[in-house]
Amino acid sequence: MRFQALFFCFKKTVIGLGRVLFMNAIVAPLNTHKTLIVIGNGMVGHHCVEQLVARGALEQYHLHVFSEEPMRAYDRVHLSEYFTGRDAESLALGDAALYQTPGLTLHLGVAVLGINRANRQVLTAAGPVHYDKLVLATGSYPFVPPIEGAEGDSRLVYRTLEDLDGIRTAAANARRGVVVGGGLLGLEAANALKSLGLEAHVVEFAPRLMPVQLDEQGGRALKARIEALGVGVHLGKGTQSISAGEQYRYRMNFAGDDFLETDLIVFSAGIRAQDALARDCELEIGPRGGVVVDNQCLSGDPHIYAIGECASWNGSIFGLVAPGYQMARSVAVQLCGEPGEPFMGADMSTKLKLLGVDVGSIGDAQGLTPGARSYQFIDEATASYRRLVVDASGKQVLGAVLVGDNSYYDTLLQYMQNGIALPAEPAGLILPSSAGAPTLGPGALPESATVCSCHNVTKGAICSAIDGGCSELGQLKAQTKACTGCGGCAGLLKQVFEHELIARGVSVDKSLCEHFAYTRQELYALVRVEGILSFDEMLAKHGRGHVGCDICKPAVGSILASCWNQPIMERSLVPLQDTNDTFMANMQKNGTYSVVPRIAGGEITADKLIVIGQVAKKYDLYTKITGGQRIDLFGAQLHQLPDIWAELIAAGFETGHAYGKSTRTVKSCVGSTWCRYGVQDSVRMALEIEDRYKGLRSPHKLKFAVSGCTRECAEAQSKDVGVIATEKGWNLYVCGNGGMRPRHAELFATDLDDQTLIRYIDRFLMFYIRTADRLQRTSVWRESLEGGLDYLKAVVIDDSLGLGAELEAQMQLVVDRYECEWANALKDPEKLKRFRTFVNDQRPDPDIHFVQERGQRRPIMAAELNLIPVTEEVL
Amino acid sequence: MSLSPSLQPIESGFAEQPGVQWQAVCSRQDLVSHSGVVVWHDGAQVALIYLPDAAQQTLYAIDNHDPQSGTNVIGRGLVGCIKDELVIASPLYKQHFRLADGTCLEYPEQRLRTWPARLRGDVVEIGVR
Repeated sequence: MRFQALFFCFKKTVIGLGRVLFMNAIVAPLNTHKTLIVIGNGMVGHHCVEQLVARGALEQYHLHVFSEEPMRAYDRVHLSEYFTGRDAESLALGDAALYQTPGLTLHLGVAVLGINRANRQVLTAAGPVHYDKLVLATGSYPFVPPIEGAEGDSRLVYRTLEDLDGIRTAAANARRGVVVGGGLLGLEAANALKSLGLEAHVVEFAPRLMPVQLDEQGGRALKARIEALGVGVHLGKGTQSISAGEQYRYRMNFAGDDFLETDLIVFSAGIRAQDALARDCELEIGPRGGVVVDNQCLSGDPHIYAIGECASWNGSIFGLVAPGYQMARSVAVQLCGEPGEPFMGADMSTKLKLLGVDVGSIGDAQGLTPGARSYQFIDEATASYRRLVVDASGKQVLGAVLVGDNSYYDTLLQYMQNGIALPAEPAGLILPSSAGAPTLGPGALPESATVCSCHNVTKGAICSAIDGGCSELGQLKAQTKACTGCGGCAGLLKQVFEHELIARGVSVDKSLCEHFAYTRQELYALVRVEGILSFDEMLAKHGRGHVGCDICKPAVGSILASCWNQPIMERSLVPLQDTNDTFMANMQKNGTYSVVPRIAGGEITADKLIVIGQVAKKYDLYTKITGGQRIDLFGAQLHQLPDIWAELIAAGFETGHAYGKSTRTVKSCVGSTWCRYGVQDSVRMALEIEDRYKGLRSPHKLKFAVSGCTRECAEAQSKDVGVIATEKGWNLYVCGNGGMRPRHAELFATDLDDQTLIRYIDRFLMFYIRTADRLQRTSVWRESLEGGLDYLKAVVIDDSLGLGAELEAQMQLVVDRYECEWANALKDPEKLKRFRTFVNDQRPDPDIHFVQERGQRRPIMAAELNLIPVTEEVL
Repeated sequence: MSLSPSLQPIESGFAEQPGVQWQAVCSRQDLVSHSGVVVWHDGAQVALIYLPDAAQQTLYAIDNHDPQSGTNVIGRGLVGCIKDELVIASPLYKQHFRLADGTCLEYPEQRLRTWPARLRGDVVEIGVR
């Protein structure tokens, strides 16, 4: 949870796109629909639109959304990731299709210039637009105290993507950067400066960091942690003026003769409600700014609502996402004609990771309630701090402070939010224990307990979703939206979900199949630890029965291959493989096979192209170029496969493993060799990667790509492993997917040299192979990985599990043992025995028929079967 | 000197059955353990599944024709055991057929022909009524 801001200044420009959309809106047909306008498309405004659409508001309203920013709502909570590789598109919130809904028009880059309450019109550069109902969701802007000399790069702010672009430009020639403000946004901004490679400092006026959320001890622990990361912390400093510096561009002058020099200054000293429109049209404004609203989020004007940070409720502005979402929901419900749940203030508890440090603040963190008592735990060695604030009776949690370890957060929050009676020794809730942080069993939570506060999902709502047939975590998230906001409730949601399933007698059975009461991950560990080499050995030691089935045999076969990389045609392994692996070709719908030789990186000589053409012609194979930059030859019968491969191998080809759950292709662009934009030799890198990982067996297929510049012609961001060249080296992206469930790959590491790139890919792939489920692509694996991308980075980059060397060695073993399976099989008459359509007859399968189409042959369709004699005559 | 076929020990659970004519279709060396191969027999395609370690029956003969896809691929399927019954999975749509009688676990209307099968020494024989 974090601040979200909407607009911070009003520009008079109206970009072309906005104008076009606006014109479309003007010519909308007249009908009985009323007009609803939402001003602002930040996180809260977007949530309101989502809620309105979901609740059927478009049946009675034309909905117009005005956004001054040129792109649709994005995730400001994760804004600093813009500097660690996430682009604007991947920060965008929700589904772009939402704004394509008929009846909903998003006017991007269109500033609202004024509100005429008497005529009920909003004014834009393109003219006035009438409204029946108006929702203000204009957010806030950063407060910059008036300081002499603050201008240009000494007066930067941290709110919008545009601001971040400004910071990036300023940082290009800078060594040191200072953030004014040691609150949570300020620390986030310091993190951003750090990731831009600057020496970062934080200057805070108060005597401690995060003065609102932390107490003195907590602030001290946080300071120690942050200083250990190389960030300078200067407390109790007020900047009097900014002048030219000697060592750096600017000098910040504090009281006395104290000063700090820097090349740029980012102000993050608090927010102010963006209430200019409301002031101009004379709506009532709160004492600290913001449109005064009642419990229904209604302003003084019965046609105008205000939600999020531009609203002032009971004299307070709520600078977190969750209360803003609460207001958005309430207003959406009311606009749909139902009584909305009144907004009665909000819990400001937060859990965050600032500069990599866990910080949690719950309820009355500072113990200000009369009679409140505290328990504290301080560990100066690791700069960890925890405080539990309880009421005078010692029965209820009032608040808590956590620095260094947020694993205590969920339980404490549930105690407070649900008024759960404390155990006899409350201190146990914050004391370290070898068993990890104490947890409140999900069974102890009342039905009313909020599990996801961003989307207000209670345990009761989760239970009814389960009762309604929801039996999978992903499905539950999609249905209830739980855990789709800040994601902080992931652990709790999973616990509640599994607990409730078990309570309903649904066994959460993770067995692979009836023969193995283990998950794929557990089987993998058994193979590794016990050095198991065959399926029979596995079955005898850890399974049931003597045969296995078509689930466990390929799964164990794949694990054996991942671990030991023995040729899959070894006699003991043959019966494990699914048909495609057994015959090392892909079976098609008519029982024939397709053949795909490896064309590494999509690079191929004319001579080899000719050979493929000759083979295709000789065996009358249908040919098609694949998406992975190689050539697929269709229509080979079983007994033809060895002959076809003998010819291909003689010409220097090797198997493409198109039939296996294994490395498929490494797509590449021509890179710096030919392309005027290329900055690295992407083909060379693609060849190196493909050569290294070819033959690697994994839980599912693996696709790679290497692009020679950011134009990304190889589409690396849709691959399991994507590599994009930079001026300095390579950026690595992981866990992307095309296909049925497209997923953008995430930036994993930047500017890597060749060796580091390969090392990270080695570790990443082996960790995936070790921990993924059967037939789980990297994208799905990544989404189910607890701890997410940060965890994956910690394992691969920081070697947090101490597995790095082991994973690399395992990969090296697989690489060293590589052998083309087809070359191996062709040498062995025993193995070739299987490639006979009939073991007692030379004839081909008489039931396979083809017809000609566009100059090639294709399988005959069932409906064409009665035409066979005619077709054969024609041929 | 090798024994004549009629004197070889008989494996696979099927001994002489009244009314069944045994016909040699291939040799033991043509079989692949724990897996299938296909023989052409009088216009039919018969998949032979060889399970050398099985307690009782070690050889099964089942129709190679997959009724769901209309292709001749059953012999290339994966052999397994589901609820203590030996089955073979079609390699195209993965439905399972019982080796013992050819019934389909998922679609009762699909049923494969089966034949008695046995090994007489190194000779593979299937029975025809």
